[in-house]
Amino acid sequence: MPADFYYGIEVVLNGLMAGVMYALVALGFVLIFKASGIFNFAQGVMALFAALTLVGIMEGQVPFAHLINATFGTEIHHFGWHVPALLAILLTVGVMVIFAWAVQRFLFRHLVGQEPIILFMATIGLAYFLEGVGDLMWGSNIKTLALGLPQGGARWIEDATAGLGGDDFYGFFIDKLDLVATLVAIVLVAGLIAFSQYTKHGRAMRAVADDHQAALSVGISLNFIWILVWSLAGFVALVAGVMWGAKSGVQFSLSLIALKALPVLMLGGFTSIPGAIVGGLIIGVGEKLFEFLVGPMVGGATENWFAYVLALLFLVFRPQGLFGEKIIERV
Amino acid sequence: MKMKTLTTLALTSALVAGSAAADLVIPDLSYRTGPYAAGGTPFSDGYQDYFNLLNARDGGIGGETVRVVECETGYNTERGVECYESTKGEGALIYQPLSTGITYQLIPKTTADEIPLHTMGYGRTSAAAGEVFPWVFNYPANYWDAASVMVNYLLEQNDGSLEGKNIALLFHNSAYGKEPIRTLEELAEEHGFTFTQIAVDHPGQEQKSQWLQIRRERPDYVLMWGWGVMNQVAIQEAANVGFPMENFIGNWWAGAEHDVTPAGAASDGYLSLNMNRIDTSLPVFGQIDSMVHEAGNAAGDGSNIGSVLYTRGMYAAMLAAEAIAKAQEIHGVADVTPAMVRDGMEALEITNARMEELGMAQIGPEFSVSCENHGGSGLGIVQQWNAADAEWVALTDYISPQDALIDGLIAEDSTAFAAENNITPGCL
Repeated sequence: MPADFYYGIEVVLNGLMAGVMYALVALGFVLIFKASGIFNFAQGVMALFAALTLVGIMEGQVPFAHLINATFGTEIHHFGWHVPALLAILLTVGVMVIFAWAVQRFLFRHLVGQEPIILFMATIGLAYFLEGVGDLMWGSNIKTLALGLPQGGARWIEDATAGLGGDDFYGFFIDKLDLVATLVAIVLVAGLIAFSQYTKHGRAMRAVADDHQAALSVGISLNFIWILVWSLAGFVALVAGVMWGAKSGVQFSLSLIALKALPVLMLGGFTSIPGAIVGGLIIGVGEKLFEFLVGPMVGGATENWFAYVLALLFLVFRPQGLFGEKIIERV
Repeated sequence: MKMKTLTTLALTSALVAGSAAADLVIPDLSYRTGPYAAGGTPFSDGYQDYFNLLNARDGGIGGETVRVVECETGYNTERGVECYESTKGEGALIYQPLSTGITYQLIPKTTADEIPLHTMGYGRTSAAAGEVFPWVFNYPANYWDAASVMVNYLLEQNDGSLEGKNIALLFHNSAYGKEPIRTLEELAEEHGFTFTQIAVDHPGQEQKSQWLQIRRERPDYVLMWGWGVMNQVAIQEAANVGFPMENFIGNWWAGAEHDVTPAGAASDGYLSLNMNRIDTSLPVFGQIDSMVHEAGNAAGDGSNIGSVLYTRGMYAAMLAAEAIAKAQEIHGVADVTPAMVRDGMEALEITNARMEELGMAQIGPEFSVSCENHGGSGLGIVQQWNAADAEWVALTDYISPQDALIDGLIAEDSTAFAAENNITPGCL
């Protein structure tokens, strides 16, 4: 087999890994949309905010230091301690739970019964608000995520496969961080499925997703379930923020990763967790293969274009996505 | 009626007091928020701190206090134009938007409003042709100079020949990223190297395809035209695929501390261009620290002082201040107008003696501006990141670009622009 064939396989493998990274972002959207019908525009900013909070806590940074110093003329920046990663993750999850409660208490409780477009607009406002709060709390500089996640190519895979396609084939390149992300995604999805299938609150969450009013009539607290769902979305955002932040440092462009999730959602469906995964994999492999095969002929940088065109085709022929629920409106 | 009169009087007094207290208005179109804040914040800190230093040390410029008016653009072109519209009425003397997108929008506006625009090392390269763009200046160097300086550096490293070499350009797929392509195509033809173009989609957070291509094709060198997250991801991906850092050269917008630190030790040896030197031992930094930062008048928290982009912002402010001083000298008035500042910019001469006098010896190259040449000398240095010491080290002295080639390209592009826009080239 010629080297190009093996390079094609390498592109597919890396596309699958990239797809997992996209799916990690898309999962948060699915959780909230499924349970409350809200398309959460702020999901990307939640990933940014969670990652900023994690780094801030780990480094012992004083939140709102700039504001405090400007107001009181002080010069405080750090508490002088470093928090272990595991404890910092737990504390960050706690912050995201408080955030979920605040969103319900101060925003969506006042919008019950409003049109979906109003709720969507509210999440746009929430995104800008959260980005501003993140900036005030932790500053706008780029932060290094020191979680000890592995980086770089898996050399043993390269060494074991080098020469398969002749001297011009240098072995398969697989990023160790992508392998970790894949493992994390598998555990995360399995955990979410187990939670929704086998726990009381998970079943209540599914009941709310199926029919709000019926769930309410059997005594399920909508308020609690929505806080739970936003907390889970916050946790998923933290995982996505950590994985993407490990590549680029934790910085404000992390909020733009939401752009990568949109075509995944259109393809996989807004209401399906497996759909988010399969959609992510299809988009990841599709865009990478298209760039490999067609990119050089058209000047490259085709990935975003391809992902959205593919999503557009699905919107035309299967608007609910691969795994979404078909919308039937009775008049 | 009485209330209305009082309000009018109060407003008038406030306006008069405001204009009397600060005569030289310098807008700072900054971006301290959003995805590009990590680059925009240190530049703005340096820009403002230098003017604050002039106020504290010299009582302003020529006895006139400088008033900096900051407006947040978020690196967004529409907001940048809004900032321009909202600040020009305050008597703005010069604009430096730190964005190629905003620059393109402001070129016709500043020309119509007769306010000089300084785009130092960014913006429209052919604006160096002063007879076609009389209100736009891009000294001391432009993108095409940068591409040529990179190739000249590589020629030095390869005993004067790049014959048979493969040089790839990794670029942000935007007007900014595409700027050096034409120059590099010409240089590839002249020096016999293969030129490969590799585009990266905005914002550049995902570059797996591009680096797999680099790994497959194994170019001898990769040049980078990136900004924002694209830089950090590219450096990390280069380390991941094992591309040698000493063969990877970013332009001057891809060579700040925050571009390399996320990749940690793996970024050691990465190269980038710079249009000015980085030297925290320069007396000007001590003066800023004691007279601005410690006095509580700094634009930021002081953490950026001496960094690459802080230094560049300070250097940009120094060039603006020198142009204003030159304008005061030419016209014999301290309270200069934007048109007078334009004259000062066109007659600007930066010498080593003057830079030393300002406490920033050799921070930039010596150069002079003229009606025909708004682009300066085009010199650049190559610097290397030392990850262990977390500092940039200058590898070279100032390297010249290939002037004949760059001048020809500028003449070609500006002549076409003049024809399209019915401009008759000439000096004002």
